[in-house]
Amino acid sequence: MQVTSSIREPLITGGKTIRDVSEDISRQVEGKPTQLWWVAMMISLTLLAFGFYCLCTLLWEGVGVWGLNKTVGWAWDITNFVWWVGIGHAGTLISAILLLFRQKWRMSINRAAEAMTIFAVICAATFPFAHMGRLWLGFYWVFPLPNTWGSLWANFNSPLLWDVFAISTYFSVSLVFWYMGLIPDFAVIRDRAVRQGHKLRANIYNALSFGWDGAARTWSRYESVALILAGLSTPLVLSVHTIVSMDFATSVVPGWHATIFPPYFVAGAIFSGFAMVLTLLIITRKVFKLEDYITIYHIELMNIVIIITGSIVGIAYITEFFIAWYGQVPAEQYAFFNRMQGPYWWAYWSMMTCNVISPQLFWFKKIRTNIVATFILSIIVNIGMWFERFVIIVTSIHRDYVPSSWSMFHPTMYDMGEYVFTFGLFFSAFLLFAKFFPVINMAEVKSIIKSSSEKKH
Amino acid sequence: MDSNRNFVVGIFEDEDVLLHAVEHTREKGLKIHEVYSPFPVHGLDEALGYKRSRLPIAAFLFGMTGTSLALLMQIWMLGYDWPMIIGGKNYASLPPFIPVTFEMTVLLAAFGMVGTFFIASDMKPYKWPRQFDIRSTDDKHVMAIDLATNKMSKEEISALLKSQGASEVNEKNF
Repeated sequence: MQVTSSIREPLITGGKTIRDVSEDISRQVEGKPTQLWWVAMMISLTLLAFGFYCLCTLLWEGVGVWGLNKTVGWAWDITNFVWWVGIGHAGTLISAILLLFRQKWRMSINRAAEAMTIFAVICAATFPFAHMGRLWLGFYWVFPLPNTWGSLWANFNSPLLWDVFAISTYFSVSLVFWYMGLIPDFAVIRDRAVRQGHKLRANIYNALSFGWDGAARTWSRYESVALILAGLSTPLVLSVHTIVSMDFATSVVPGWHATIFPPYFVAGAIFSGFAMVLTLLIITRKVFKLEDYITIYHIELMNIVIIITGSIVGIAYITEFFIAWYGQVPAEQYAFFNRMQGPYWWAYWSMMTCNVISPQLFWFKKIRTNIVATFILSIIVNIGMWFERFVIIVTSIHRDYVPSSWSMFHPTMYDMGEYVFTFGLFFSAFLLFAKFFPVINMAEVKSIIKSSSEKKH
Repeated sequence: MDSNRNFVVGIFEDEDVLLHAVEHTREKGLKIHEVYSPFPVHGLDEALGYKRSRLPIAAFLFGMTGTSLALLMQIWMLGYDWPMIIGGKNYASLPPFIPVTFEMTVLLAAFGMVGTFFIASDMKPYKWPRQFDIRSTDDKHVMAIDLATNKMSKEEISALLKSQGASEVNEKNF
């Protein structure tokens, strides 16, 4: 019995059988790493080492090595933090929200996107920790732990504390969700290792798979766990950037004090997250020869998400401006005119070009189905999203209420070094993932081979 | 684990053939020990007569535990143990406690449910599963029938499975 949908394009091309799926995806886990992998790993580790040196200097000397001053107390650190957390939104969105909407195209990309989410959130978390200066005392400041000052508890009225809970919950629940998806696939690699006679590999992957047996009863429970986790993760993923935006929105700084922030930040997060997924997957599909699993159709669908979220972000920028003018508060009006025409005009116009204009190119089918164009635009989008956070954070505070306090921010080597550190961390973690874990969810792809794959003629 | 049991193992290539075979075999009065698949087959749990999983109830209870613990913690810490006026609000003002309460609810529900899943399915890292056919994680669906719990003979069961579209019928002893 062959069931083929005639309306939709096939999600898996090349006439793959179920056995081909195990073979194609497990192969790179079983083989030796390629030369290209080693080169990429070496570059990532170099970045990581340089960044680690900068991080150690920061911890030794204090936050003074950064370019912060008494007016601009938040700059690259918080910009990078928000940027990475934003990138970390795509993975769980793809696996949770698209699961609830029964979108089958999520199946080829969810594994890598979730891995990216987890690594991006780890990168994000390094910035607030580094900014604490006295890292070892940080745990008493951010977690409600008993201490010798009373106990003087953490302040639950502070959005910064909500952020700690939101991001640590998001990280742990995403990790569990990702790991649950990996369990049946680890069992595939285990059983292949048994057949190939690799005892050690079989034992390692059996431990990783928790002794998965694939029984109908286990699958039935597994499916309800996946559904409930998706249901829990959906409000969770929306709550995370909402709470991040409240770090700014609950303050009384002109330019930050806006009720539009939560939806605007969530849309921006999905926008940048999908761009990063595209950047990574375009390389991954090429290097691991996964063109039949991550097709042009998948890339096109992700580009459509980028058009939608990019347009929401564009509307949010315009709304902010309109409300600043319409609200008739001089401080608020000044904050926004200063963004456009002040000393940071170049950051503002880079943000507008990269985030509002460039994704509109995806309205053309030729562009959104072109791999080179998509790759370039996905990087441009993330540059734009970095500038968005920089504009919101730095331009809103660099003109203080008293003109004698007006100031500019100049990053030092250590500001940049910290950013480089997270790139090193992100890419080395992703490379390790791509080598040792199956990059595509085999069990899910096998379940749609019959209904959504291109047949051999 | 009980030892020395004999099983008849039917191998199926296609999930729809498997589903019909399961329904038909159960109509004939045969008890199926278990079916092993490389991916979740929709409708298989109903065909086998399994009840719906009660894991959602576990998730709900764990979630409620998270809600109550988070609220109690915040109200006790900021309302009673060290009362502080922040922003001119009441000591234990509820709205700012909602984000942490929500996050704790999700955290406990997710971890509690996944932990329950591992315990209910008896899954642990140092345990090797009982495998009737190693290809069941690759591309074959495997139906195992315990001879001790069925009246039919080995040959009759084999013939039945073959007639239902099994590509191979093997024997397995544990």
